[in-house]
Amino acid sequence: MEYLIHLAILFAIYAILGVSLNLVVGYTGLLSVTHAAFYGVGAYTTAIFLTKSGVGFFSSLILGIAMAVAVSFLIGVVLSKFKGDYYALGTFGFNTIIFAVFLNWQNLTMGPLGIPGISKPELFGINFTNNFNFLVLALIFLVLIYFASRFVVNSSFGRALKAIREDETVIAVFGYNTLYFKLVIFVISAAMAAVAGSLFASYITFIDPSGFQVTESMFILAIIILGGLANLRGSILGALFLILLPEILRFVGFPSDIEAQMRQVVYGIILILLMLYRPQGLIGEYKL
Amino acid sequence: MKIIETKNLVKRFNGIHAVDRLSIGIEKGQITGIIGPNGSGKTTLINLLSGVLEIDSGEIVVDGAEKITRILPHQVFFYGITRTFQNVRLFEQMTVLDNILVVVTERNVFSSLFEKHIEYHHKIAEEVLQKVGLWEKKNQLAVNLSYGQRKLLEIARTLAMKAEVYLFDEPFAGLFPEMRKIVSSIIQELKQENKTVVLIEHDIGLIRELCDHIFVMDEGKLLAEGKPESVLEKREVIEAYLGE
Repeated sequence: MEYLIHLAILFAIYAILGVSLNLVVGYTGLLSVTHAAFYGVGAYTTAIFLTKSGVGFFSSLILGIAMAVAVSFLIGVVLSKFKGDYYALGTFGFNTIIFAVFLNWQNLTMGPLGIPGISKPELFGINFTNNFNFLVLALIFLVLIYFASRFVVNSSFGRALKAIREDETVIAVFGYNTLYFKLVIFVISAAMAAVAGSLFASYITFIDPSGFQVTESMFILAIIILGGLANLRGSILGALFLILLPEILRFVGFPSDIEAQMRQVVYGIILILLMLYRPQGLIGEYKL
Repeated sequence: MKIIETKNLVKRFNGIHAVDRLSIGIEKGQITGIIGPNGSGKTTLINLLSGVLEIDSGEIVVDGAEKITRILPHQVFFYGITRTFQNVRLFEQMTVLDNILVVVTERNVFSSLFEKHIEYHHKIAEEVLQKVGLWEKKNQLAVNLSYGQRKLLEIARTLAMKAEVYLFDEPFAGLFPEMRKIVSSIIQELKQENKTVVLIEHDIGLIRELCDHIFVMDEGKLLAEGKPESVLEKREVIEAYLGE
């Protein structure tokens, strides 16, 4: 049971990451591979405040969101001027820079050694060291972020995002300063990723830079492409699929000496087949 | 009264002058035709007037007052200018209705999150979609429309803007006679409402029928201008445009 709760918590965290990244990639059409950076900003801010100051989890969560907003705003101001492949390359560059900061600012982040001993939340006498309680907390955040995202995409703002995705020049001719829209959705998405980061840091109680590299951003991107671009439920489905799949493959019975490698091969083949036969993802509404 | 003037407008591509020191004036409330052979700079001119391309030199004067040497696409809306494209450019993966709603709703980030005039915007969308006969298809994705319907949707999108100046780039190209009638009547209605229409068109019959004034362009320069009946008789126009 503990194992299933553990998987469910990871699912909730990655579903938050998927839903938030879908706002930028699926709805606005901006191929971003920097989401793990904001996930990391949230995780590190929470970890640092929880281990080095007296603030509680929920205060450190808010500080994590604020930090992600500030960082994403600075990055977004530059990125919003780009389109297409240049945007993707720019996000790649920023994830690399932020990873380098996590790795090298040793006084603050403890570099490759990571930050251990991060405490779990406690609120109104409820102790979240119990994994079931933590799962409920993670699911509450997932539901809140899902409905906030749904509100955004169903608004006129969300319609403008889709128009930017379809043809940025044309929507600009109709009076939209697309830079602002791209910047705002990027910041909203980063703030949501920071929530996932805070939850992750507090749940695992240890973080190091390896969890926030570009490869992690690619994994989150795989979640939304697999589940379906421009579909919030698709992100949740994608997270469920990619979190559970490696676990299911544990029970296939590969020889123990090549088990790990075979799991990766099967995992890769399933992704390739899905992209070949269903490029819009499982329930997606848009193809990259 | 001139609503748009260009003064020595220049646009070069790799050293070639697509628009070459062009000075023209477009009268308010009239239908102005721009004709010329392929590659004469007509679409480039529209792209300059709508901010899609940057001006290399020269200026655009709007309403006799505002002199513009650099215009960004999103600023065009504030000058009351809207346009269609030579190759139809819709928001393909959005519904017909959303293609219209997106151009009538709030442009401000915060206001667009908390839209207050939803009913009014839907009314405008219904009005323009009824006009081009696409209201029944409001929930279809734009990508699934026929070519003619796509052209009509693009025109409906400009009508929803309730602009002062409409730049139509070959709105009749590839349309069936029935659809041509719809577009023709829309253009005439706009004139009756004292709106300004700039029409790029290759069909000389339509130019004669609709336009009050025409400009003939060749190699980025102004070759001739005036009333269609007189300009289309000029020998240099016949030579350049009709190749006779």
